[in-house]
Amino acid sequence: MKIMEEYFYTKNHEWVKVEDDTALIGVTDYAQHAMGQIVYVELPEVDDEFNQEDAFSVVESVKAASDIYMPASGSVLEVNEDLEDEPELINEDPYTNYICKIKLSDKTEINNLMNSKEYSSFCDK
Amino acid sequence: MFPYLPHTDEDINNMLDVIGLRSIDDLFSDIPEDIRLKELLKINNPMSELEVSKYMNNIAKKNKSTDELVCFLGAGAYDHYIPSIIKHITSRSEFYTSYTPYQAEISQGTLQAIFEYQSMICELTGMDVSNASLYDGSTATAEGAFMACASTRRNKVAVSRTVSPGTRKVLETYTKYKGIELIEIEEKDGVTDVDDLREKMNKEVACVIIQNPNFFGIIEDVSKVEKITHESKGLLMVNAEPISLAVLKSPGEYGADIVVGEGQSLGNPLNFGGPYLGFISCTKKLMRKLPGRIVGETEDVDGKRGFVLTLQAREQHIRRDKATSNITSNQGLNALTAAIYLSALGKEGLKEVANQCLQKAHYAADSLCKTNKYELRFNKPFFMEFVVKSSIEPEKVNEELLHKNILGGYEIGKDYDKYKDDILVCVTEKRTKGEIDNLVSIMEGIE
Repeated sequence: MKIMEEYFYTKNHEWVKVEDDTALIGVTDYAQHAMGQIVYVELPEVDDEFNQEDAFSVVESVKAASDIYMPASGSVLEVNEDLEDEPELINEDPYTNYICKIKLSDKTEINNLMNSKEYSSFCDK
Repeated sequence: MFPYLPHTDEDINNMLDVIGLRSIDDLFSDIPEDIRLKELLKINNPMSELEVSKYMNNIAKKNKSTDELVCFLGAGAYDHYIPSIIKHITSRSEFYTSYTPYQAEISQGTLQAIFEYQSMICELTGMDVSNASLYDGSTATAEGAFMACASTRRNKVAVSRTVSPGTRKVLETYTKYKGIELIEIEEKDGVTDVDDLREKMNKEVACVIIQNPNFFGIIEDVSKVEKITHESKGLLMVNAEPISLAVLKSPGEYGADIVVGEGQSLGNPLNFGGPYLGFISCTKKLMRKLPGRIVGETEDVDGKRGFVLTLQAREQHIRRDKATSNITSNQGLNALTAAIYLSALGKEGLKEVANQCLQKAHYAADSLCKTNKYELRFNKPFFMEFVVKSSIEPEKVNEELLHKNILGGYEIGKDYDKYKDDILVCVTEKRTKGEIDNLVSIMEGIE
């Protein structure tokens, strides 16, 4: 299972890659394995605003549909439109194929997420 | 002892012994004494089969159906010709079941029939996806409104007052208990008031619902409605009459996102108001919010074509709280009827039906106007129904017609105060020139 060192993680298996006051958000390698073959991603819309832990997207696999929750509050700057036609990109490379990019409204929220080491032991439990 | 209950007292006591009870009443011990029914039901004594069928036939004889009456009544339920092939196919035991068989392993026939129905609905409406059907046209409209709210994440629905009053009542009931605000768009000269829509439309409105041809039979010009709706990123929902789609532009061609309607016209009898057939179809973009079941075509491991329920993740048994709708039922037999009807008539046949409705309705309208006792209320293009302003009370007109075994038009004053002198007349392909001429001469003679 792949974990990226400089990313932050949630207990629901979302990842955050912080760049200044923006962040890329996606689902982890652990999550895509658990979900199986992904067939559809319901993307949020640009300018949508979310609080930390709000459901902002749905990833549907052949097994089930799972809500994806916002790791940190913010407004959507862009969405990864490639996923509309090729949702399986998340299975192929979950860390490059982000779901959306947000403008962080409160950077301190990142402090209550896990770093890669913490996330690694969280997954091993 | 009842003839259809095979258990003797001895059988019943043996069964009670096994589960450790003393009487049948013990089975209901968890129902409080004070709310239990103590006396026998107030119903008639038992009858033999022969007596029951006589009794029922006598009640049925009190009704007058479209077999004895010449029907000029429409307003949402239509007296169209039903090819006899339909009852022969639908009554086959493989199809004739109240259960919706959807296990792909044993139900390929039923699944394929539904798939064909969906394909034909898509062709008629100009949409990408259709579901396996819903209860009826009005609930389909309400389900479409939920769909629109779910996909736009908005909480208001706008409906034109030219949409059938019955449909609007069902919408009101459905939206009320979902906390969705229902806004009515005024009617002007028999069509949707575009200025009123422009005023009420904003980014909180999930969808705009119009009916085409509308309740007055008029073919609405949807172009402005479409523009205003989409400018606010709302969805356009059209409630369409399926027969009319054989000769009119499909709603898909003029920008609809969701197309719903009543499929009774497609080979289903009037059935005293139901069971009917609700169809719902939408663009590919919205398909994951479509309620109910969808049948898809796929291949098995050996590459053979097969049919299965698809996109199941939308459905309430996967994510109950997130599902667009918790309706799983479809009107399987009515949808099958529609599929047989459309296949039996074919493209040309359906066009012929639609054309005859159109021509005969216009002939009837012209003839009625020539009497000088009736005039067309609206100067607008219409399909198979039209509104006439009557110089005689509509109730009186219909009473006189009924004496002559004619079922007259709908008195729209019941729903629209300003049209209390008006009658909505419907002429389907089943009406002959003789029947229309007779209607006109009787209506002309009423003083």
